[in-house]
Amino acid sequence: MNLIEVKNAIKTYQTGEDSFNALNNVSLNISEGEFVAIMGASGSGKSTFMNILGTLDKPNSGSYHLDGVNMLTLKADELAEVRNLKIGFVFQGFNLISRTTALENVELPMIYKGIPEEERKQRAKDALKIVGLEKREDHMPNQMSGGQQQRVAIARAIINDPPLILADEPTGNLDTKTSIEVMEFFVKLNENMGKTIVLVTHEPDIAEYCKRVVKFKDGNIISDEVK
Amino acid sequence: MIDFKSTLKMAIVSLKINKMRSILTSLGIIIGVSAVIIMLAVGSGASKKIAQDMESMGSNLLMIRSASATSGGVRMGFGTKPSLTLKDAEAIEKNCRGILAVAPYSSATSQLTYGNQNWSTTVGGTSAEYLFIRNYEIESGRNFIEEDLKNNTKVAIIGSTTATELFGDMNPINKTMRIGNVPFKVIGLLKTKGQSGMGMDQDDLVFIPITTAQKKVFGTDFPGTVKMINVKTQNADILDDSQNDITELLRNRHNIGKNQEDDFEIRNLAEMQETIKSSAKTMSILLGAIASVSLLVGGIGIMNIMLVSVTERTKEIGIRMAIGAKATDIRFQFLIESFLLSIIGGLIGIIVGILGAKIVEFTGAMSISISTGSVILSLGFSGIIGVLFGYYPAFKASLLNPIDALRYE
Repeated sequence: MNLIEVKNAIKTYQTGEDSFNALNNVSLNISEGEFVAIMGASGSGKSTFMNILGTLDKPNSGSYHLDGVNMLTLKADELAEVRNLKIGFVFQGFNLISRTTALENVELPMIYKGIPEEERKQRAKDALKIVGLEKREDHMPNQMSGGQQQRVAIARAIINDPPLILADEPTGNLDTKTSIEVMEFFVKLNENMGKTIVLVTHEPDIAEYCKRVVKFKDGNIISDEVK
Repeated sequence: MIDFKSTLKMAIVSLKINKMRSILTSLGIIIGVSAVIIMLAVGSGASKKIAQDMESMGSNLLMIRSASATSGGVRMGFGTKPSLTLKDAEAIEKNCRGILAVAPYSSATSQLTYGNQNWSTTVGGTSAEYLFIRNYEIESGRNFIEEDLKNNTKVAIIGSTTATELFGDMNPINKTMRIGNVPFKVIGLLKTKGQSGMGMDQDDLVFIPITTAQKKVFGTDFPGTVKMINVKTQNADILDDSQNDITELLRNRHNIGKNQEDDFEIRNLAEMQETIKSSAKTMSILLGAIASVSLLVGGIGIMNIMLVSVTERTKEIGIRMAIGAKATDIRFQFLIESFLLSIIGGLIGIIVGILGAKIVEFTGAMSISISTGSVILSLGFSGIIGVLFGYYPAFKASLLNPIDALRYE
């Protein structure tokens, strides 16, 4: 079954008199359990595409169904709920909330889901254990290395058990060794937990971990290879 | 929907991060609330004090005094041209509306002696009703009776200060002391009343029957006259009617022509009370103005800082939105923050206000009374200000576009 169905998505940015097509009639289906790398130079439209997948942005025309639901007809609050329950975000810059402990960062999606405190704490601890940071629960983001921060972010992304993980250049700020660790993690999430992962990268090494590679150029998909 | 406890925790964390800023932001509220507390404490303290003073002087009281004499353009003090008589007092009691009790009063300063002790004090000649009218109570012994006044008996009722000065620890009842050279038997001791509103000792005095005073103690140039007639009316509403009746009656009795001035004056204590009350009110209005301006400025300060905070934390808001925060969650978070900021300011303000009021009391400038109501009122006020002025920044935060917010650096 298709988890993601994007049909004829067009996204145009208007800057004064000029208009610029970030996405030119893009269609893409991703099934449950896939591990997809999205590649392309900057300005190729891959970030815009990711934002649309993450329901942070909407195309000017076309359609986007996530898990069979048309995302373009949902209201802002309904989209927030989709992001909370169905999508886990991992960003290049980690995007942890500063001056907030690792544990509290992981708890956050559960707070917005409305899970009681006791359960929240326990689940957050368990998730940190999974990413190997059980000893860093009380550390603030600025007391942790990039790799550790990204692992906290991954724990946060999976805490509400969403079917889809969207990772926007998750290794962009990490060294090679840590990048490998993080990527091995994504592989585990995909293979052991059955998460569908869509990962943006411009490094071919990183794309190697994925089962399918989609390449963007000038707002179009130029190749779509399954390994 | 996000739960309250978590939101509160988040708010506390973010206020702690900018401790100094939070405190400075609350300063306006602190000043405003403490001004409210002091204002209410002074206001209600003043009215309590007035009520107490009036209570001790006697309520619903009219004091009629002989007018002053004028001698070659120089006006003398009250009672220098005695015009009031005991007969006037009787006539007032019989003919005027709303009268509960009437007591004539004349006084002079005399030397008292007992054994080898002596003491100079005010000797008041009056009747049994005087004690009732002026709220004096008998501690031991008895009040005057009709025979005392009829027969010019040489009996005295003394205040507690006088008793201590003259008799020490001895029981003064039935002892015989001298007023001037005249021996008097002490028949009653008054309960201690304390200082009057004007700071006078109300327990340093001696009462004797007015008739005895006129004939045996005060060598007066105008036999049969009294300096003053005290009247207690049945209630406060009838005070004005009684006053008019008395004026008319006395003008008739004293044969005062239409264009002539009264040869007496009537003091209405309710009027004096009003004067004091209105000055306390002026003070309250002044402090109230300071308080409301300060609370307004404090509220604007909170709004300003919250707007800064929203801008500073745009990225955080974006992250929260990306992981599932709804607009209402974001709004609630910032609203709780400004509410907390304001309430903390309110709490500190209450402490400062109570301390300030205590200082006012300590300096003796004014009496104060802090009520639970005023504390609750000012705390409520600061909470309302927090929500009111925090709403716009919180609303602005909730309107952010998640993608723009996430990109914000």
